[in-house]
Amino acid sequence: MFTAFLIKYAEIGVKGRNRYLFEDALVEQIKFALAKLDAKYAVRKTQGRIYVDAVSEFDFDETVEALKKVFGISGICPVVYVEDEGYEKLAQTIAEYVNRVYGGQQKTFKVCARRARKNYPMNSMELNRELGGVILDNCPGMTVDVHDPDFELNVEIREKIYIYSEIIPGPGGMPVGTGGKAMLLLSGGIDSPVAGYMISKRGVKLEAVYFHAPPYTSERAKQKVVDLAKYVSAYAGPMKLHVINFTDIQLAIYEKCPHDELTIIMRRYMMRIAETIAKETGCLGLVTGESIGQVASQTMQSLAATNEVCELPVYRPLIAFDKQDIVDISEKINTYETSILPFEDCCTIFVAKHPVTKPNVNVIKGHEKNLEDVIDGLVQTALETREIIEIG
Amino acid sequence: MEIYLDNSATTMAFKEVTDLVSKVMYVDYGNPSSMHLKGVQAEKYVRDAKETLAKLLKVQEKEIFFTSGGTESDNWALMGAAQANSRAGRHLITTKIEHPAILQTMEYLESIGYEVTYLPVDENGVVRLDALEDAVRKDTILVSIMQVNNEVGALQPIEEAGKIIEKKNPRTLFHVDAVQGFGKIKLYPKRCNVDMLSVSGHKIHGPKGTGFLYIDDKVKIKPIVFGGGQQKGMRSGTENVPGIAGLSLAAKMMYDGMDEDVRRLFALKTYFQKELAKMDRVIVNGPLYGEGAPHIVSASFTGVRSEVLLHALEEKGIYVSAGSACASNKHTVSATLSAMGIAQELLDCTLRFSFSIFTTREELDYTLQCLGEILPMLRRFVRR
Repeated sequence: MFTAFLIKYAEIGVKGRNRYLFEDALVEQIKFALAKLDAKYAVRKTQGRIYVDAVSEFDFDETVEALKKVFGISGICPVVYVEDEGYEKLAQTIAEYVNRVYGGQQKTFKVCARRARKNYPMNSMELNRELGGVILDNCPGMTVDVHDPDFELNVEIREKIYIYSEIIPGPGGMPVGTGGKAMLLLSGGIDSPVAGYMISKRGVKLEAVYFHAPPYTSERAKQKVVDLAKYVSAYAGPMKLHVINFTDIQLAIYEKCPHDELTIIMRRYMMRIAETIAKETGCLGLVTGESIGQVASQTMQSLAATNEVCELPVYRPLIAFDKQDIVDISEKINTYETSILPFEDCCTIFVAKHPVTKPNVNVIKGHEKNLEDVIDGLVQTALETREIIEIG
Repeated sequence: MEIYLDNSATTMAFKEVTDLVSKVMYVDYGNPSSMHLKGVQAEKYVRDAKETLAKLLKVQEKEIFFTSGGTESDNWALMGAAQANSRAGRHLITTKIEHPAILQTMEYLESIGYEVTYLPVDENGVVRLDALEDAVRKDTILVSIMQVNNEVGALQPIEEAGKIIEKKNPRTLFHVDAVQGFGKIKLYPKRCNVDMLSVSGHKIHGPKGTGFLYIDDKVKIKPIVFGGGQQKGMRSGTENVPGIAGLSLAAKMMYDGMDEDVRRLFALKTYFQKELAKMDRVIVNGPLYGEGAPHIVSASFTGVRSEVLLHALEEKGIYVSAGSACASNKHTVSATLSAMGIAQELLDCTLRFSFSIFTTREELDYTLQCLGEILPMLRRFVRR
């Protein structure tokens, strides 16, 4: 029955003279999301609206699922196109439509007719009234409520007649690519993929960096991060994953710095490396999954100490989230089950029994001096030998 | 260089086996149940395989039933026998060091009203026969003991156990999980009072997803897989003809020259254990030298986490396993090592090296050399 989708978008409607940029980005993202499916679609932008027309056999549910992952879409309306074959035929089609979609239910409705083609013999008011009558006469269970109806039946008279009433909620947000690019620090945990998802929801394109510490972390731990990046890229679009071999840096810190500061110093070097790659690749900020007080390295003092090494802004979309809220999102975006696979990651391997929770930046800096002789070379090597994996 | 010392997890297939499997899939692909010639040709592989395997075990052809592998064979033996004999009793006996295919099935049987006794083992991982003697009762319907322990290579006294069971309760069935032992250590079920025996194909250079269960003609057992009535209705499902052909060829190849292979493996094992024992703070677990299975060596490396050592060896092209890889990916402490009374702090420092008939002395020397380099380095960096 349905052969097309009207795409509703909320926020980008109000972007003034930049509006077309946002719409074009949304069209691009829709095309990208649908390209993964077997069916063929035409995505067109006309009169301030975006339509997705299926131009081959297609799977309805699969198409809706794909569209639900495109940020910027606030609603997806499945549309029926019919040829204009006179009012009688239209009335019959409308009755069939309502019985098919809402048959057997008690629903209130109103008809919203619009004429883009003004030469149609009836005007909008007449159409509303007449078609409302047709539904009342032919569709049991339907009653009119013009103020707060369960559904609005839209009938648009264009070169063809468009009929739609259902609005499937979209993910909201802004089309990816309209908000610049950021570097996501991706670990194997629950938080960082969620942070990436949330930032990209605001239209930000992502790159990601992962710190790998063989032999302390395994190939499977790396595979897990690649899998997580794939889940995030289902929303965020294609991205590059930079895999940094962090072992030698970590061992140097272990040997030369106080043990209870190991995690903080390690994270400071991760931020430095992430920022270097971010600047190289045109990213405008860093993204982490940190949340205040979750672990020793995420107290206000620790966050200040890791933040201190960065020039770029560090975005922390989960900063005030409780763990359960983060878990809920990770379940929604399918990353939870992968995140909880029990592989060691580089943050946990040498972790002290009692890491500092209130680090003093000056003290930390003093201890980092112990690394002076070796660290620049190690960081350089880590950057040069990084592996870049294309995701999505 | 690739050195594969994880042959208790799985093995590389013999080239001859892959050729045969490929031929059966592409040329003789018929369904053995079909009435036409194509079916008859396919059926011949199944018949031949039964004949081959029956001969190797000195049993009757009709006592061989093909399954999807060791796990299914174990499940079937326990579930099928428990159900068929529940009127004679609801008590079963096994050991604390069995493979999860046995232990998990036993746990399920406990949940549906059976009682299970778990026998202890000595410090070498060998089941205590006095405990077995005490455990067999009038209502004991089945005893299940593995032939070779998969984690430390302890060889179980199957013949003696068979005698004890026969003496204490002649009606009690005796099942042996021979997944790790078949093709390495000869075992003739009829001479040891063994009523059922599980074998897996991929541990003997055969295809994965293949195996069989030997079931003595007189055993009362019910099927656990229902369907088209293949294999006398005892194990439905179109026979995995290429797999069965491959399994049978692999078994035959293992038995050809087995005595010589086993002698060579014991020499390698003895050498490797002696060299490991010379290293700093390395403890060799399980039966030594000529004792136990010829192909499994377990060792604990004090102060080094097994997972890290495993990945460090992997970087050198050496593949081993931590605990039992078949029971993979779970951060659980080895039941076998605990049952043997290995110290708690060593449980997480233990690796298993398992050889195949392709393993060479040079490969072991390289492994020892790499261990010598890696261990001091890893010991410098430990969680404080």
